[in-house]
Amino acid sequence: MNGAGDPGRPTTSNPVTLSRDDVIHVARLARLELGDDEVELFTAQLRSVLDHAADVAALDLAHLEPSTRPIAVENVLRPDEPRPSLDRAEILAAAPSVEDHRFRVPRIGGEAP
Amino acid sequence: MSSARALAAAVRAGERSAREATEGALDAVAARDGVLHAFLSVQGDEALARADEVDAIVARGGDPGPLAGVALALKDNLCTRGTPTTCGSKILQGWCPPYDATVVGLLQGAGAIPLGKTNMDEFAMGSSTENSAFGPTRNPHDTGRVPGGSSGGTAAAVAAGFTPLGLGSDTGGSIRQPAALCGVVGMKPTYGRVSRYGLVAFASSLDQIGPFAADVEDAALLFDVLAGHDPLDSTSLSSVPEPTVDALERGVDGVRVGVCPDLIEGCAADVAARVGEAAEALAGAGARVEEIRIPEFAYGLSAYYLIAPAEASSNLARYDGVRYGLRVDGEDAAAMNTATRTAGFGAEVKRRIMLGTYALSAGYYDAYYAQAQRVRTLVMQAFERAYCSVDLLLGATAPTTAFALGAKVDDPLSMYMNDICTIPSNLAGHPAISVPFGGGDDGLPVGVQVLAPALEEALLFRVARVLQEAAPPGGPPEGGVAA
Repeated sequence: MNGAGDPGRPTTSNPVTLSRDDVIHVARLARLELGDDEVELFTAQLRSVLDHAADVAALDLAHLEPSTRPIAVENVLRPDEPRPSLDRAEILAAAPSVEDHRFRVPRIGGEAP
Repeated sequence: MSSARALAAAVRAGERSAREATEGALDAVAARDGVLHAFLSVQGDEALARADEVDAIVARGGDPGPLAGVALALKDNLCTRGTPTTCGSKILQGWCPPYDATVVGLLQGAGAIPLGKTNMDEFAMGSSTENSAFGPTRNPHDTGRVPGGSSGGTAAAVAAGFTPLGLGSDTGGSIRQPAALCGVVGMKPTYGRVSRYGLVAFASSLDQIGPFAADVEDAALLFDVLAGHDPLDSTSLSSVPEPTVDALERGVDGVRVGVCPDLIEGCAADVAARVGEAAEALAGAGARVEEIRIPEFAYGLSAYYLIAPAEASSNLARYDGVRYGLRVDGEDAAAMNTATRTAGFGAEVKRRIMLGTYALSAGYYDAYYAQAQRVRTLVMQAFERAYCSVDLLLGATAPTTAFALGAKVDDPLSMYMNDICTIPSNLAGHPAISVPFGGGDDGLPVGVQVLAPALEEALLFRVARVLQEAAPPGGPPEGGVAA
């Protein structure tokens, strides 16, 4: 391929196959609860996607920098001047539960680490 | 149905009233959207009030703007103040944003009449609009088929002739693929060219808002209204865009077009044949057409389906039942978060959140997420090399014509394959357009895709217009619902 370079050659460090326990673990991290049948289904479906991604995982691309976005990162600043923000009453009106102009939530604590 | 530009010209000249045009659009939706389900909500009273304002401006000798009186369909992930914005999800059912997306303000400033909010795959995750929590949209050309997705509601609204124009969002092809399947024009602008302020985030480094229209001229007209800098979007480009409508007539004489087999070979034979004919049409119009291989595109799909879910898993962490949307109670905050998200998200959104969480988790970050970002660099460099020898690339938009409802819902990977030709432009942040170009063996619309380097939207529209003029017969019926 003239000038196109080598897209990369396979390495031996393919990630391991996604397990049922991985799915349960990841669902817990994402605060999702799965039924047993969903764990089965999602394990098979996510495994097929990750198996497809093995083509990418197997490439030797150590010479390339990762790209986080398509345009150059630059700091965006504006003058630090007070100005109106969104209407508080309108914001609170959209909340599921409110008390004393604040968002009300159930007890925080007693969470698993 | 008249074009947006003809309608706007007539309204600005006082020859047609915006109210009469808006009433016509609302009547069409009332008569035919029961079957299609392009809209999730229609704001008829607000639309008529806007139309009256436009007519009043004309009556007192003013100019309401380039889209005067033109009805428009908005994808339901664009924030509209005081109007439900669901993203096709139960978790946002009934939520009314406290502000307008920048593009909504721009449209109103141009005299357009937002008619309603259109159906979509939940949080824009899907390629068929079947992942909507509120039921699928049907393809106006064959109601047994999907309209594509995720902006399937907007594509169907324009294809059915409900509105001349519409807005969608494109993260991996969600404007271009439904445009192809519905036989309309759909365009993804350069990343940062159109403000994303008020677009509910899916994958922030890939998302872009763009126009749908029945033809290229109208798409360019709408794009010119949307393009520009917005201080409310920190990724908005500061350069001033040149109007693209002025360049539409310039043709393609001497333009170097690279026909890319890597954007064709995985497609059905009828789709591939149309792309070949499109290349011949451009050559006939004076373009210098050559074949150009970009094998790196083959890795785009895998990279995208790691990067987009990773970003989504972070962006969708905000749906926690605290500040807006659904709450399902639990004994403590964590249980409430979990119960809310479990009840509020559909299966595809859960899959992507889990996939993204996994790709970002300890032990897999380098192997999957960082690796996918390196592939992104690889794809960007491949584009750069290609654009040393050609000005544009030509390929298919979608691998097939519209498929049957239900055909792919049980196999996520086969659904993801719909995006294989559209993903590279998102990874690179480049503009690309889908133009209807004849029909497939089943008589359904085929779209061909033109890809261009960053900020070359004017060139994209020029080429698209030549393709539109050369498109073979046997394509989609214009602006009507097939019997």
